[in-house]
Order: sequence, then structure tokens, then C-alpha cells
Amino acid sequence: MKRFLLPLIIFLVMVGFLAVGLHLDPREVPSPLVGKLAPAFDLPLLDQPEKTFSPKDMLGQVWLLNVWASWCGACREEHPLLVALSKAKLVPLYGMDYKDTRVEAQQWLNEGGNPYVANAMDIDGRVGIDYGVYGVPETYVIDKAGVIAYKQIGPITEQVLRNKIMPLVERLQAQ
Amino acid sequence: MKLNLLIRLMAGFFLLQSVISSAEEAQPLQADVVVEAQVQRLSEELRCLVCQNQTIADSHAELAQDLKQEIREMAAKGMSDQAIIDYLVARYGDFVRYRPPLKASTLLLWLGPFALMLAGAIGLVVMLRRREKMVADKPLTAVEARKVRELLDKDS
Repeated sequence: MKRFLLPLIIFLVMVGFLAVGLHLDPREVPSPLVGKLAPAFDLPLLDQPEKTFSPKDMLGQVWLLNVWASWCGACREEHPLLVALSKAKLVPLYGMDYKDTRVEAQQWLNEGGNPYVANAMDIDGRVGIDYGVYGVPETYVIDKAGVIAYKQIGPITEQVLRNKIMPLVERLQAQ
Repeated sequence: MKLNLLIRLMAGFFLLQSVISSAEEAQPLQADVVVEAQVQRLSEELRCLVCQNQTIADSHAELAQDLKQEIREMAAKGMSDQAIIDYLVARYGDFVRYRPPLKASTLLLWLGPFALMLAGAIGLVVMLRRREKMVADKPLTAVEARKVRELLDKDS
């Protein structure tokens, strides 16, 4: 029986590795930006192009920055959740409209509802590069000091919102 | 005759001027070649995060095009390869590099294959030694000797 022990152990280790691997999403790349200051920008607003929005306007508040676009299918998935979140008025939600046009973005918000306090227009995607955006939608939780506390890649789900984002926001707000 | 000379002079002047002006235009073109070579070299070192298993050079994803443009602008400003890679790593993490750096978190990735090979070699040596021992001359026990004799007798 002893000679089966080693193959069995090797087999179980392999199963362990594969089981963990099954639950990892290769698209979720750890962001080096977590724990760092949110990159500065000054972008025109969607509805008032003469005004701009900058992360430093939000210093002293915990806030969410949601990167989205009207051409993005997964954004449609998370949109109702964002609308519900904004109605709860627990945390200010700002949007960054990524590589989009004003007309299409406005139309999209008219259809699905507008959960954002304001939307910054990143038409050429430059600020997106500073934020390491590679798969819209992406959502950043930014603390009172302007430091990125969490980055969600891909659509927010109810589970993520309930288990990760909201507890984190509450903790940061209490600080 | 004088008119002819004048025309020739003028033609020569224009010709000379066109040569000079084209020489001036060649200057940025030359710089472009250097920049393009750098963009190409870096594009092959960097991963497209949308397609993940392609380099930025291979990818036609929009983000890859944007990043290539960003690299081109940085290269045109005279930034070194290392500075440009650092800039992108600060935003996208080590994953953006096609050749991951050697550090604590990537140690398993770099040394894993060699560790596996070493384990395999040790296993092979152990197994061969054990087998050698098994076939080594060993006196038969009385029972074994009788069994052998019986079998041989049965055959004949």
C-alpha cells in the first residue's frame, strides 16, 4: 500500500492546484494602482462641456469612479445596479465615459437612467491609460485622501457590491 | 545668349533649392525611423491586456493601438526603453510585460520548471538505484531453490 502513497499525494496536490485555478479569473490582473493616489485629471463634463471634473474636487469624501461607455455591453449588465446604488445615496458615484461620443452617451443615460453625480468625458482614452483601464466597465473606490482603495475589473455584481464594495466604503467613511 | 544663361541659372537655383528643402524634410523622417524602431521593439515586449496572449505589436485591439500611440509619443520625447516600460508597469502592473521580472512574487514562475526537472532527475536516480538493488545477486532461500527445481523438472 505504501507505494501508492506518493502518487496519491502528487495527485491530490495537482487536484488542489487545478481546483484553485478553476476559480481564478485570468482577466483579473492585480492593479498596481491600489494603495496609490488616484491619477489626477481634469476632464470636461458630459452635460456641461465648459465645466470640468477632477479627482481633487472629491478630497475629503469617499467616492466611486465608474469607467463606462455606451458601446460596452457589460456596462449594460451592471447599470441597473448602479442606478439602485445611486438611489440609496450611500456614496457618491462619478462616471468616466471612456472613448465615447457625447450624443451616444447621453442617449444611453436617457434610456437606462443616470446614476452618476457627474460624468467626465475621456474621449481619447488618455486618462484611461493613466488608470490602467483595459476592460470596461471598471470601478474604483477612492478614499477621503484620494487614494485608490479597491479596483473592480468588469461589471459590478450584487455579490461584489454587498460583500466587498459597500463594507469597504463604510469602513473608509468611518475613518 | 544672356537669356539662356539666366534660365539655366534659375533652373539650377530651383534645383538646388529643392535639394536643400528635401534634405531638410528628411531630418524628421530620420528621427521617425529611430522612434518607430523603438516603438516596434517595445511593442514586442509588452502584453496587450485585452487579448492577454498577444503582444501589443500583434494585437489589433483598440487599447493596443492606443498604447502604441502613447509609446510612440514617449519615444519621440526621447524616453528610454526602461522609462517607458516603467511608466506602463506603474499603470498596468508587471503583467503588462511579456517577460516577467525576477522577484519574490514571480520566483515560482521562474524557478518552478527547474525545480520540477530537478525533482524528476532525483526520482529517476532513486528509482534506478532501487532497481539495481533488486536485480543484484541474492542467494536463493531453500524454498525458492526448491520451487526453481520443481519448475525446471516439470518442463523437461
